[in-house]
Amino acid sequence: MNPSLLSFHQVRFGYNRRSSPVLNGLDLSLKEGCITAILGPNGAGKTTLLYLALGWLKPWAGVINLSGKPIESYSRRALGKQIALIPQSEHIPFEYTVLEYVLLGRAPYLPSQGMPSQADEMIAYDALEKVGITDLFDHSMLAISGGERQLVLTARALAQEPRLLLLDEPTSHLDLSNKYRLVQILKGLQEHGTTILMTTHEPDLALAVSDEAVLMEKGRVLISGQTAEVATGENLSRIYRVPVKIIPVEGKKQVVWM
Amino acid sequence: MSSAATAAALQEVNSRNLARRWVFLWLGLGLIGLFILSLLLGRYPDTGFVSWERLNQDELARLLVFNLRLPRLLTAMALGMSLSAGGMVFQMLFGNPLVEPGFLGVSQGAAFGAALCIVFLGGSAILIQGSAAAFALAGLGLSYLLARRIRYGGWVLRLVLSGIAVSALFSAGLGVLKYMADPLRQLPEITFWLLGGLSSITWTKLFSILPAVILGLVFLFLFRWRLNVLALNDETAFSMGVAPKRERLLLLTAAVLPTAAVISVAGMVGWVGLIMPHIARRLFGSDTRLTLPASMLLGGIFTILCDDLSRTLLAGEIPLGILTSLLGAAIFIVLMVSRGVKAER
Repeated sequence: MNPSLLSFHQVRFGYNRRSSPVLNGLDLSLKEGCITAILGPNGAGKTTLLYLALGWLKPWAGVINLSGKPIESYSRRALGKQIALIPQSEHIPFEYTVLEYVLLGRAPYLPSQGMPSQADEMIAYDALEKVGITDLFDHSMLAISGGERQLVLTARALAQEPRLLLLDEPTSHLDLSNKYRLVQILKGLQEHGTTILMTTHEPDLALAVSDEAVLMEKGRVLISGQTAEVATGENLSRIYRVPVKIIPVEGKKQVVWM
Repeated sequence: MSSAATAAALQEVNSRNLARRWVFLWLGLGLIGLFILSLLLGRYPDTGFVSWERLNQDELARLLVFNLRLPRLLTAMALGMSLSAGGMVFQMLFGNPLVEPGFLGVSQGAAFGAALCIVFLGGSAILIQGSAAAFALAGLGLSYLLARRIRYGGWVLRLVLSGIAVSALFSAGLGVLKYMADPLRQLPEITFWLLGGLSSITWTKLFSILPAVILGLVFLFLFRWRLNVLALNDETAFSMGVAPKRERLLLLTAAVLPTAAVISVAGMVGWVGLIMPHIARRLFGSDTRLTLPASMLLGGIFTILCDDLSRTLLAGEIPLGILTSLLGAAIFIVLMVSRGVKAER
């Protein structure tokens, strides 16, 4: 069995001390080299969990360990080298070129007053190659489509060369072909040993790529384990309160809801 | 990995960067050339340039050039560079192309401080400068403290809101001071200070602001690539190993120090900090590796040009702030209307 890369122990967190916590006694363990999908209804605390894993939010109580050490014990820069985030969307204030934008992912490897070198540019360009958009390298970030932008954000995260990649609703801006592309990219990354944690509203996506799935409800983990055992019609019906069936089509599991 | 394609693509980027470096060189040479010409330009003995012979023979001409024009030109350059660099930093940190370095209560604070000094402490130049600088920094401090107490919105929104509130407070205070001021003696002095100008610059004044200006600009120059990362939202910047709040505060302070210093001796000189970053981006794209130094050079050129006009157009001086606003607004309109000036994009 793979050792755990990131683990949550009895984590409590809320945005406001006066209201009830968003996550309440959450336990979770991510196996190294696995793709884990977090499923759950809106407001279950999926994105909050992701930002706790990033180290951006600090738990009220409980411990989050990265490679067995508390996440707070790492320096910012060290965390930036280990964990990368692909946000759901991002405000792009100025007209960067795609390559300039991907190059920002090299920040954790540079001192505050440093400039990216030729080698950093090569790494950024390789990242574009991995997501298959090298032809866009000189396009303006403001002139490309929403799906292409998502791929650029993916490339930027890859330029960070992380051990753990966090994705927040990765398919929300993607059409079918880009969705397919993303699935291929994630599988490719997994082959190279990257651990992946993503939130998603699409049980289909979880069934297609993830090894492990976590079902969340009201700030707790309801069930977690191997995706095929967790993302069942019965469990999904329960957390979404909608009748859901999983039907095998040509060897793949499809989610059908009424 | 197809390294040939990679090499070709990077080659393309590099050759464009090389072309941009040439533009840079021309801007730098332009600034130096303009500086030397401006040193010789004036209204003594007649409108036009002082000749080399006269400079060697005429004691008064030499004094004029080295004791009045030289410190004044250096201050104009420092003013332009500080406001433009500050403007670029503010626009990056706030992710908003419409902010300028004085907007966090700095400009209005300085104006209030100067007026306060003119009304209550008399118009001694050094006191006005000190009071303006102190209140400029107080403006920033108040905006920052207020932003920390606001309980909603992101960091940027909170700072913008508190900057507006603090500026409004100071401008109300300025109104009260103007109302109280002696209309024959003090009111004209306040008005004149608010219009901005460099006519009273001496070596002493220049030396008093130089440490803040140099320290701030060098710091910003060194951190110029980092500004790109800090323009991203907090979570994303954090995910790249940055401490967004701390680093932004550091860079804000480094941008405001020189700004407050130059405002304290030159008064309100508007539009430089807003326009120059836009022109820099039009010429060099968005990467602050290039646009920050470009913005400084452009700011230096623009302010020296405006100051030249202010000295030579009329027999009396035209306040600098009027010219920078007039030309700045004109350039802004041209920029907005035209799309064709975008070089190499």
